[in-house]
Amino acid sequence: MNEMTNKWIGRRTIRPDGAEKVTGRAAFAADTTMPGMIWGKLLRSPHPHAHIRAINTAKAEALTGVKAVVTARDIVDFPVDKSVMLGIQDMRWMCRNVMAREKALFHGHPIAAVAATTAEIAAEACKLIEVDYEVLPWAIEIDDALKPDAPILHDFIRFEGKPSNIAGKLEHKLGDIAEGFAKADVIVERTFTTRPVHQGYIEPQACLVSVTADGKATIWSSSQGHFMVRAMTSMLTGLPQSSIRAIPAEIGGGFGGKTIIYLEPVATMLAKKSGRPVKMVMTREEVMRATGPTSASKSTVKIGATKDGRIVAAQGAFYLQAGALPGSPIRGSAGCAFAPYNIPNVLSQGFDVVCNRSKVTAYRAPGAPIGAYPVECVLDEIAEKLGIDPLDLRLKNIAKEGTKAAHGPVYPRIGFAETVAAARAHPHYQAPLGPHQGRGVASGFWFNAGGESSAQVNITEDGNVVVTTGHPDIGGSRASIANITAELLGIDYRRVSVLIGDTASIGFSNLTGGSRALFASSMVVTQSIEKVIATLRERAAQIWQIDPEAVTWAEGAAHPAGKNAGNFPPLTLAEIAAKASATGGPIGAGVQLNTTGAEGGFATHICDVEVDLELGIVRVVRFTAFQDAGRAIHPSYVEGQMQGGVAQGIGWALNEEYIYNAKGQVDNPSFLDYRMPVCSDLPMIDTVIVEVPNPKHPQGVRGVGEASIVPPLAAISNAVHNALGKRFYALPISPPKVLAALKTTA
Amino acid sequence: MSEKRRISLTVNGKAVEREVETRTHLADFLRHEIGLTGTHVGCEHGVCGACTVLVDGAAVRSCLMLAVQADGAAVTTVEGLARPDGTLHPLQTAFWEHHGLQCGFCTPGMLTSLAAYLEAHPNADEPDIRRAISGNICRCTGYQNIVAAALDAARVMREGR
Repeated sequence: MNEMTNKWIGRRTIRPDGAEKVTGRAAFAADTTMPGMIWGKLLRSPHPHAHIRAINTAKAEALTGVKAVVTARDIVDFPVDKSVMLGIQDMRWMCRNVMAREKALFHGHPIAAVAATTAEIAAEACKLIEVDYEVLPWAIEIDDALKPDAPILHDFIRFEGKPSNIAGKLEHKLGDIAEGFAKADVIVERTFTTRPVHQGYIEPQACLVSVTADGKATIWSSSQGHFMVRAMTSMLTGLPQSSIRAIPAEIGGGFGGKTIIYLEPVATMLAKKSGRPVKMVMTREEVMRATGPTSASKSTVKIGATKDGRIVAAQGAFYLQAGALPGSPIRGSAGCAFAPYNIPNVLSQGFDVVCNRSKVTAYRAPGAPIGAYPVECVLDEIAEKLGIDPLDLRLKNIAKEGTKAAHGPVYPRIGFAETVAAARAHPHYQAPLGPHQGRGVASGFWFNAGGESSAQVNITEDGNVVVTTGHPDIGGSRASIANITAELLGIDYRRVSVLIGDTASIGFSNLTGGSRALFASSMVVTQSIEKVIATLRERAAQIWQIDPEAVTWAEGAAHPAGKNAGNFPPLTLAEIAAKASATGGPIGAGVQLNTTGAEGGFATHICDVEVDLELGIVRVVRFTAFQDAGRAIHPSYVEGQMQGGVAQGIGWALNEEYIYNAKGQVDNPSFLDYRMPVCSDLPMIDTVIVEVPNPKHPQGVRGVGEASIVPPLAAISNAVHNALGKRFYALPISPPKVLAALKTTA
Repeated sequence: MSEKRRISLTVNGKAVEREVETRTHLADFLRHEIGLTGTHVGCEHGVCGACTVLVDGAAVRSCLMLAVQADGAAVTTVEGLARPDGTLHPLQTAFWEHHGLQCGFCTPGMLTSLAAYLEAHPNADEPDIRRAISGNICRCTGYQNIVAAALDAARVMREGR
């Protein structure tokens, strides 16, 4: 669509959910109640690794106020020898994650659950459950899990023919790296580590489930996909999907962490057994112990370049921690790491390592920051060795239309070079630095995604518009869909209401994740509106008694196509809506698609840090993020996604990490000790939206939610090197590490 | 199992009298007894700030205060920031218009914290505001638009004086 003629696309319209959210009326997951509601609570394993020999729930069941107890026996088992996939989730692992079966695999692993008339009684009853554990040796860190004599978490996992904690391997190959490295004048090879970090949504997981006597379940919860909630609950409880209605609450942050569920199947079984609606709300400690986070990693990256700065070969081995059950985002690491560059010879490998900590969950551009961090740091070293500006090095090797990426695709038109060029030309890049300050740059890539989406667009009897889609709104999809609808129908955006339908009121729509929601839903909404406009033209044609082909739609009204069509005054949307019943009935249309054509998103960041030499604190003092949005349908939300990703990246690089004690338990499961960036930690984060429209999308949308968290880890690391002349190969670059490094240099 | 006590207080200007368990914290009291679910519980250990309410005008973590401690106090929650006629508090308008929220879960605590702070510090500048809300965690925004919204609300509040 031509930007110059757009009236609503690209406008900062007032957000539709604002009034509810600033007045406290928005209903989040824990905010719904029902008459007769009781409270569910989980008993969790105190051990990081233990056989469960027996569970005796008799005393708990006998406690006054207890209405139901469930264990793994009540959850559908998916035997380990046969994979059953739901999207990217393997139900063998999901059923064991929701409730431990043979073994407790991490401290905090659910063992049993109780529903009682109060939360306090439920907690008391959990203490009365007797579990006979046989405690086993455990492995927390990647290195521990890979030792030859490491405790094996799962006997059914074999790697290279032997029992192993390596649950999977993925490889992307292009050309011949041996030949490539032979041509290199400079080769840099380094090993890097990152720590697990939590998504850190402020709203803990919560749900309310009611199951009626005829076996119909209603679930209120917040998630990144209520169809996922329905499907997963169905598979884990045995209720058919048609008997489950999942109603999406407003979501208090997800960042990937709410793409799977923990509570809903358990609450469903408790509700079914007790005959009462059951509410479950996690504490922050439970969130930190048993949900998310993303993987820790250990990666070795080797890059070779010629004297003139051409990268001839690149190799990466990325070991990612999966947690207790397989499924770390190795695809994101191995796939995204080298994706920004045109490199003829690539070998990129990902290894999925299980260990005795909570199962990892998607976190914003899952795996991509872990892959990009070592690559972007090694590039910085190569640029330094060759005496080439680091952004120029990227421009020399930039992936563009026609580049074959190691992870598969040949790129169509992409906007990566534009982000690097914009950074190169930005005043920030030339601004003088103060004492103990340094500047770093880095780039990043995220796949973006399409997938299943459903929409229904209805014209109300008074001539306004209601649009229903099926993806939870996390990053502004409602506001953006309102802009697009207003644009296409030629009406004011305030006449458009956009709702997220529950699983009973709209067709299957995949998760809000992978930066897919607006890409996919605007496609089905656009096609629905095209159908609605066709109907509106037909109705006008009927009223005028002319051929529908002779009617055009513009500015929110039907017009005769030309003088030959007749001389009629325009018929507005409201006028046609008023005559809808007389001209054939209600006006509306729905479209359901498995959308394709989401094309990659790229970002380039410039970061300035200042190091406090006395305290070892690294402060980010200036940050500018450049990102190709394809088309920014609502720029405020695009900027918000960019800033949010950067802030999370800063936390990952400088502060956040899980600390385990000698007993294999998380020692910092609170916001006090797991320290996420607060307002005084951060600078203003400047944003530059680059728009290179996606040729495969009606509005040019690419998806913007993820790419922003990919570059900060390396940008900050490179900036610290620039400030101190010292490279750090392990995140977070926390004060003790900085002080230790300063001591060795001094 | 647990002791109960009768308390009376005002919540958002309305007199409230209830019998509560002494262990019930103020956040649960407001959410479960009074039905004011705008007060959000994010960490139940006083760090995230989402549960902040005003107790006799002071910003307080309602997850760290017992309901019985609020006996006799005047409590204002996010639901009570707007005027009785529905006119939004300048902070509410500014957050809405300046995109001072994404998911909105931390928003009630941000609004109540800032309402108390700006009342006492009408001339607050950007560094002041950054410090003032550094006990409130937002994971979505990077705080940029929260600060922008607070600065704009401070201006409106000054002009309205």
